[in-house]
Amino acid sequence: MKVAIVDYGAGNLPSVERALRAAGAETNLAARGAELADADSIVLPGVGHFDAIVAGLQKDSLGAALESAHQSGVPILGICLGLQVMFSISDESPQARGLGFLPGAVRALPPHVKSPHIGWNQVRRLRESVLLCGVPEDAYFYFAHSYAAPGDCEARAAVCDHGAEFAAVIERGNLLAVQFHPEKSGEAGAQVLRNFLGVSR
Amino acid sequence: MTLARRIIPCLDVDAGRVVKGVEFEGLRDIGDPEALAARYNREGADELVVLDISASREGRATFLDTIRRVARQLRIPLTAGGGIRSLDQGQAVLRAGADKVTVNTAAVERPELISELARQFGSQAVVLSMDVKREGGAWAVFVRGGTQATGKDAMAWAREGIERGAGEILLTSIDRDGTCSGFDCELTAAIAKSVRIPVIASGGARTPRDFLDVFERGRAEAALAASIFHAEIESILALKKFLAGQGVPVRLSA
Repeated sequence: MKVAIVDYGAGNLPSVERALRAAGAETNLAARGAELADADSIVLPGVGHFDAIVAGLQKDSLGAALESAHQSGVPILGICLGLQVMFSISDESPQARGLGFLPGAVRALPPHVKSPHIGWNQVRRLRESVLLCGVPEDAYFYFAHSYAAPGDCEARAAVCDHGAEFAAVIERGNLLAVQFHPEKSGEAGAQVLRNFLGVSR
Repeated sequence: MTLARRIIPCLDVDAGRVVKGVEFEGLRDIGDPEALAARYNREGADELVVLDISASREGRATFLDTIRRVARQLRIPLTAGGGIRSLDQGQAVLRAGADKVTVNTAAVERPELISELARQFGSQAVVLSMDVKREGGAWAVFVRGGTQATGKDAMAWAREGIERGAGEILLTSIDRDGTCSGFDCELTAAIAKSVRIPVIASGGARTPRDFLDVFERGRAEAALAASIFHAEIESILALKKFLAGQGVPVRLSA
């Protein structure tokens, strides 16, 4: 299994790379669109600002290559900011435009709770989930974010609650995404990554 | 679904070894950071903090190597810091495998450092570390390992840090640090209630009840300790089971 990790110049690449290798993947870092061409699957990691990932994906045809991989059915896993950029717009940067693979918008967490939402939280499954297969219902995952896709967005498979429900796991065809960090989420996170590697086009 | 309260062991490292400062004696060797990190990862720690206490130029290269070795052992988040003075140094720590960087003295001297780090890496990657001592009816911020007064009020400094983009506050009580007399719950609650970002309480932990207190009375989102975990006075799993029994939401599986 050859997994390309999108390297747009930010993000916690070493830990994502290490976790995928531990899950049995052969990984390479793709800093240019062309390097995504022969991947069996693609991981789009992300930490930081919405602006930074949007700008990063505009470089070296990364965004265009992701679009074409999406069209041809290559499984893509978005992590944290990588989930958010699958939408077109985010409260974090109203002018910037994301990939627009998913309908809806990314919103700021409600003002009455601590933000960023940092730490370990549980998720509630709304339907059968490929990524959560074999993961205990009460498992905890590590979250670190101030924005999220709404809990009622149509592609969500599981939600988490922090002041309001938000999408924790998104699955629609070959598009898979998690708001938490599977690479930092102990055994539960490792299982999510193994499940992703089991998805083929 | 409830956000779990976090238990965070801390490794003070010097020249690639975990150490403990001991009065009249200097530094005592505690062990190998990689081995301790592996143990805490296995025992269910929610996160690990690694602090460079060497503060020398040579120490820095060794510290980055320590971060790389420690990160390899972890499937939980890693926070690193100690002597971080610039964006470049912060970046080096994150590239070595840390998920968050903590700043203290240099942020007091040049608060823009917080803004620079937050802009580049996001607020979730920036932890403002504050060493605080009670002075009369107020709480004062100290730097250089708690030895030098800054004239800053803890509440005001916390708010400035947040405005500049800090995502968490690591709050150490100088009065309690190393005393084994429990966390300063009054200080922790005062800060936790007045800020919108998570607060990690530090300094004074000894018994499981101290942790219960700082989560309930102190309203901390997380609690940090070093010696009691290193010396295996308290195992992380046993501590978490105690807390769960008292109704505190914690993550029990590793």
